[in-house]
Amino acid sequence: MTPEAAVDAAPERRARRRPAGLTPDGPVRRSAHVCMAASCLALSSDRVLEGIVDAVGAAGLGDVAVKRVGCLGLCAAGPLVEIPETGRLFEAVKPDGVGAVVDGLASADDTPVERAPFFSRQLRVVTENVGRVDPESLDDALAHGAYAALEQVLATMAPGQVIDEITRSGLRGRGGAGYPTGLKWQTVAKAAPGQKYVICNADEGDPGAFMDRSVLESDPHRVLEGMAIAAYAVGADRGYIYCRAEYPLALARLKAAIRAAERAGWLGHDIAESRFDFHVEVRVGAGAFVCGEETALIASLQGGRGTPVLRPPYPAVAGLWGRPTLINNVETLASVAPIVRRGGDWYAGIGVGRSRGTKVFALAGRVVNTGIVEVPMGMTLREIVYDLGGGIVGGRPFKAVQTGGPSGGCLPESDLDMPVDYESLAEAGSIMGSGGMIVMDDTSCMVDVARYFMDFCRDESCGKCVPCRVGTTQLWMLLTAITEGRATPADLRQLEELSGMVAATSLCGLGQTAPNPVFSTLRYFRDEYLAHIEDRTCPAGVCPVAS
Amino acid sequence: MTEPVHTLTIDGTPVAASAGQTILHVAAENGVRIPTLCHLDGLSDVGACRLCLVDVEGARRPVLACMTRVEEGMRVTAHNDELAAYRRNLVQMLFLERNHVCAVCVANRHCELQDLATELDVTHFDLPDVHPAVGVDATHRLFAIDHNRCVLCTRCVRVCDEIEGAHTWDVSGRGLAARVVTDMGAPWGESTTCTSCGKCVQVCPTGALFEKGRAVAEGAKERRPFLPYLKVRP
Repeated sequence: MTPEAAVDAAPERRARRRPAGLTPDGPVRRSAHVCMAASCLALSSDRVLEGIVDAVGAAGLGDVAVKRVGCLGLCAAGPLVEIPETGRLFEAVKPDGVGAVVDGLASADDTPVERAPFFSRQLRVVTENVGRVDPESLDDALAHGAYAALEQVLATMAPGQVIDEITRSGLRGRGGAGYPTGLKWQTVAKAAPGQKYVICNADEGDPGAFMDRSVLESDPHRVLEGMAIAAYAVGADRGYIYCRAEYPLALARLKAAIRAAERAGWLGHDIAESRFDFHVEVRVGAGAFVCGEETALIASLQGGRGTPVLRPPYPAVAGLWGRPTLINNVETLASVAPIVRRGGDWYAGIGVGRSRGTKVFALAGRVVNTGIVEVPMGMTLREIVYDLGGGIVGGRPFKAVQTGGPSGGCLPESDLDMPVDYESLAEAGSIMGSGGMIVMDDTSCMVDVARYFMDFCRDESCGKCVPCRVGTTQLWMLLTAITEGRATPADLRQLEELSGMVAATSLCGLGQTAPNPVFSTLRYFRDEYLAHIEDRTCPAGVCPVAS
Repeated sequence: MTEPVHTLTIDGTPVAASAGQTILHVAAENGVRIPTLCHLDGLSDVGACRLCLVDVEGARRPVLACMTRVEEGMRVTAHNDELAAYRRNLVQMLFLERNHVCAVCVANRHCELQDLATELDVTHFDLPDVHPAVGVDATHRLFAIDHNRCVLCTRCVRVCDEIEGAHTWDVSGRGLAARVVTDMGAPWGESTTCTSCGKCVQVCPTGALFEKGRAVAEGAKERRPFLPYLKVRP
């Protein structure tokens, strides 16, 4: 755990000991939603909640509720408090500065506030209840429709019908590769009968990606419901959530949610008075990026060393303990309940081309509004970065947006009007990936960015196959030589040849995609490489070329 | 029902193969040499060294000859310029990630890595050395491991687990820091599971595992009498 994370863990522990807010005896006229996801909690939003509760008591407001909720989205401006009745959002609220919030609660003015484009341009499906439900209360989740889709499925649908609905929705894997979810479910359903498993991949590891964490911390029942529906559809009765240890709050809320759902009969034996059993357990990853790769994840889940193995056989045929296993990522599973409730056709009506539905992105980097957004597929990068994201910090010039983490690429300004969908991103040399979106301005050197991601892959390579184990280090050494002004034009050719070789010969996705940041920066920012090599200058002034 | 016999082509030559055979196996039967390092007849395959990658028409990327089963009508290219370049780079990477000095190595002239360099025409290195500081474990009574010469093929791990049944060896650490270890990282001489059978030494392709008392170039391997008897092939 990093020192920062150790510091952050303190308010997380504190938050779990404290009462969840204030509920009046009578009807609620106004409420204050206090964000208690990791980012705001790290800024002591738990104390903000207490401050509001105390101030509401002191002001004698008897018709006001104060509620703990999950991520309110705009992480840049935390701690966040929202009054949902009017849509008013309070930013950077201090525990001893809750006066404006209390005034807003006391006010009789019901005129809705016009919401900033960051919120109004979103289309929330996966995150429809994120920031609205109390993530630690099953009752509140049920009041917001949790497990209604599961009940509907168990009472009225055959497994095949569920799969049809998912297939018709056009949902594709949100973990990065975009494999058609319905097809995957169908494959597992048709695999050899007997014991089957459902695994939720919550090993979100891309630098700058925090979508899954946000969902898990804010609406854990949504993910559990999706898993249960998936299990019913494919014929599984056991599920595992493989979540990274770096997400202590998500883990705590997941475990609490599983216990509550089991007690209430939404997980376990004979769910909702049907004959369907589904048991879920949480497994904690020990901090290896490669364990997000499905075969490595399964190896780790079985207690072995987290290294990938050759596919085929795919996990859908022979996965956990050699049995047919469905592995979906958090966001994919969180999309299931709304698809079932509102129908596959409804979901397929959102989006463009072969990319249907919505996608959650984590906006990070030099963008004004860092945080979580959910938008329909096909929105342009410019809309996301400028309209929702509010543009570049300090009005500096945009340089690139990095999507897809270490497996993705950096897209330049000329691609800003490109629709964000699986195919367009791939064509431009990046990938959709899991949803990390890192915005860079002219203070970033693209060679240095490529070097950063290669350093990450070098560190995270499991060491099993030669091209990834040694190749990523060799590529990192070449990139380091360029940034330090020691490289020759021959080194650039070597970099390109070696990148192609590592991509073509590596065993798993980690090595196969590790050179992608190099490819995309060479494609769009070759002049920066040449400046380092030929002129011994770093245009962004980042690299120690001259020294 | 699967056909018992398939026909396919390897480098343009039509060959017949039993269903379930690997490309590597069929190629060997037909006199086509495909370079390998981590593969060893009689042990399971892991696909770690990537030297046996071949092109199969219609496949998105090269496939492993050692782990890919033949299919009817498969068109395999085992040798072309691109594959040769990949293989040279792989061998080069193996030489550079640790500290291989053939002139002082017990396995000199008995080394599969050295043979591969000869076979693949690796005449010089054009990548930089990594020069990691790695150690030697000479605590065992009969044998020693010099990590400077280890290529992480994991033959020792597999032979110890699959043939001897001791599972003394395994891999620890990740990336370039990965090392084969005995008994959860304890010194080999203190291992409580090692039976001192020496199979790991016999299967080691380089001079990483060697018998004590042998000098430079004296590390010829025995003819591995323990493997053919136990060889199980699907």
